Amino acid sequence: VTARRLAPLAVVVALALVPLVFSTYFTGAVASRALYLGLAAAGLTFLAGYGGMVSLAQTALYGIAGFVMAKLIVSDGVDPLLAALIAIAVGVGFGVLFGAIASGSEGIYLLMLTLALGVITFYFFSQVTSFGGHEGINGVATPRFIGDPVRHPAAIYYVTLACSVGAYLLIRYVARTPFGLALQGVRDDPVRMRALGYSVRAHRTLGFAAGSVLAALAGVLGTWHETRISPGTIDVSATIQLLTIAVIGGLYRVEGAWIGALLYTLLDTYTRGLTGRFETWIGLILLAILIASPDGISGLAAQLQTRLRRRRGGGPAPLAEPAESLAQPGPVAR
Amino acid sequence: MRSGAALARRAPAALAIALLAFAVAWVGYKAFGKGFGETGNGPQFVIVALNGLSLAALYFITASGFTLVFGLMRVVNMAHGALYLLGGYLALDLIQHGMGWWPAALLAAAGCGALGLVMQQLLLRWNQGQDLRQALMTIAVAMVLADQMIVHFGGEPETITPPPALAGALSIGVYHLQYPWFRIFVMGAAVGVAALLYVVIRHTRFGMVIRAGVDDRAMTSALGVNVQLVFAGAFFVGAMLAGLGGVFGGTVLSLAPGEDDKFLLSSLVVVIIGGLGSLPGAAVGAFALGLVEQLSAVYLPQAYTNDAVLLTFALLVVTLAVRPAGFFGRRA
Repeated sequence: VTARRLAPLAVVVALALVPLVFSTYFTGAVASRALYLGLAAAGLTFLAGYGGMVSLAQTALYGIAGFVMAKLIVSDGVDPLLAALIAIAVGVGFGVLFGAIASGSEGIYLLMLTLALGVITFYFFSQVTSFGGHEGINGVATPRFIGDPVRHPAAIYYVTLACSVGAYLLIRYVARTPFGLALQGVRDDPVRMRALGYSVRAHRTLGFAAGSVLAALAGVLGTWHETRISPGTIDVSATIQLLTIAVIGGLYRVEGAWIGALLYTLLDTYTRGLTGRFETWIGLILLAILIASPDGISGLAAQLQTRLRRRRGGGPAPLAEPAESLAQPGPVAR
Repeated sequence: MRSGAALARRAPAALAIALLAFAVAWVGYKAFGKGFGETGNGPQFVIVALNGLSLAALYFITASGFTLVFGLMRVVNMAHGALYLLGGYLALDLIQHGMGWWPAALLAAAGCGALGLVMQQLLLRWNQGQDLRQALMTIAVAMVLADQMIVHFGGEPETITPPPALAGALSIGVYHLQYPWFRIFVMGAAVGVAALLYVVIRHTRFGMVIRAGVDDRAMTSALGVNVQLVFAGAFFVGAMLAGLGGVFGGTVLSLAPGEDDKFLLSSLVVVIIGGLGSLPGAAVGAFALGLVEQLSAVYLPQAYTNDAVLLTFALLVVTLAVRPAGFFGRRA
């Protein structure tokens, strides 16, 4: 039991040592990128795991926050930190709007609707000239305590790490609040929850709002990290990549988001030159995972654990926390 | 109090009708505000409306395959846009190798159908009912196809030359205007596809089996019908329609990376508006989307022309507010 309690602490300490142990390049291009991509994917795993909503609009919310902040900083000269706060507020506003639209549907209907919302957002930013059109916005300044994220990535790494740890703890906390429990109720049986007097749509919309906080935060950190944002950052292929990250780590496990992001970033950084067509390989990996273990790497680990425990004849199988699984039939077939 | 609640329930519909009325009045004013003569904006309106209709025809042909597959198998084929683009590229390739337009179009559509069939047999047959997993699998296929198409066909926009018989333009008899034969042909083809699908689904044995399969797969299977064969056939036809749409789209518009996402979006919007799995719904959705896109590009005030995509968003939002399952949708 003590080992279980200490493990997360050990992980955080190990992560805190990364900028001291690894090279500047690794810290910037791999570690802090993996953290903000993980943060974005965590929004998706939160919605999927606790709300039963696989939303493909998370990339769009990431982009809305990123673009709003970049525009405020670059064309209006707003202080970066203030711009980030405004951008997150705008992102959450759109999260509520998208949630209100999508909350009437579930399962694959929600998947389609959120993909449509995401693609519309992409076209909006690639057509509207005030956000830079196809070029996007370059030269986004960072707050003074972050400084130059390219030459000295340690600062942005620690900020992103702090946000990631905070987000993870917050998700675990929210899942245990009455709202979080009701959201899981809506995930498992919306009809019964409605009969009990809960507003299914309101809970889904609030869930979307919570997910959009993570997406917007990731958008802010990602834009600072890259010092630029363009519509290409949020196109369909980016949406699929975020989905791949979440699926690699296990779509219904919050910590899986960062595991998936780390694996994805490592692949992206070190094999892009070797394999030639990176996106083909990402697609094939996504396909392979969906065929072999729809619950991703962390799902695979849990499967092994259960099997080992069963062989030893030990105690009962652990209660898989987010009960949903991709391998289960969707709401339509049920 | 009761009437207040009823009023609140009808508010979205009333708002939607008011918006529609305003849009019609606005376009009418812009088009015929200077009278109906040839010097006004009338001729422009006729061309824009025809463009909207031919775009709607293209959307319908593509989306009908999407909605057919969903209606029968509950499979959301997210690779539909990729199949669309592949159809166009295959036809382009065949024509560049000296084949005529007609055989190239047929072969390209059949090729897409075959690829769809392979996809269904390999990836979707053994996990029926796991609809979310299936949708995510088709997304992965879409990503692989899109990347491989860039490898094989490059990133430059290309266009297919229309067949010689349809290369000219037709005098349409109003304002001495001419309109390309090929676009008229696409509209005719959409009507043809709609009629064919209607007749097959409503009046043949195969269609009867399809409808039975939609309503109760297990029962149909128990009655001795080979449902798997019907599913395979439907997926072939669905993918073929995507490919056919791509051939038409490549001739009317252009083929380039990104067009696959555009037509995936249009198929999604069309079926969300019209109602998933419904053919009349796909027709209504295609009409709405095609006309809104073309009209908004011309009739929005100059400063807002770049925001035209927001009207697609508004169309989606208003439809879902009034009819959460789309116009002809029924929730399973």
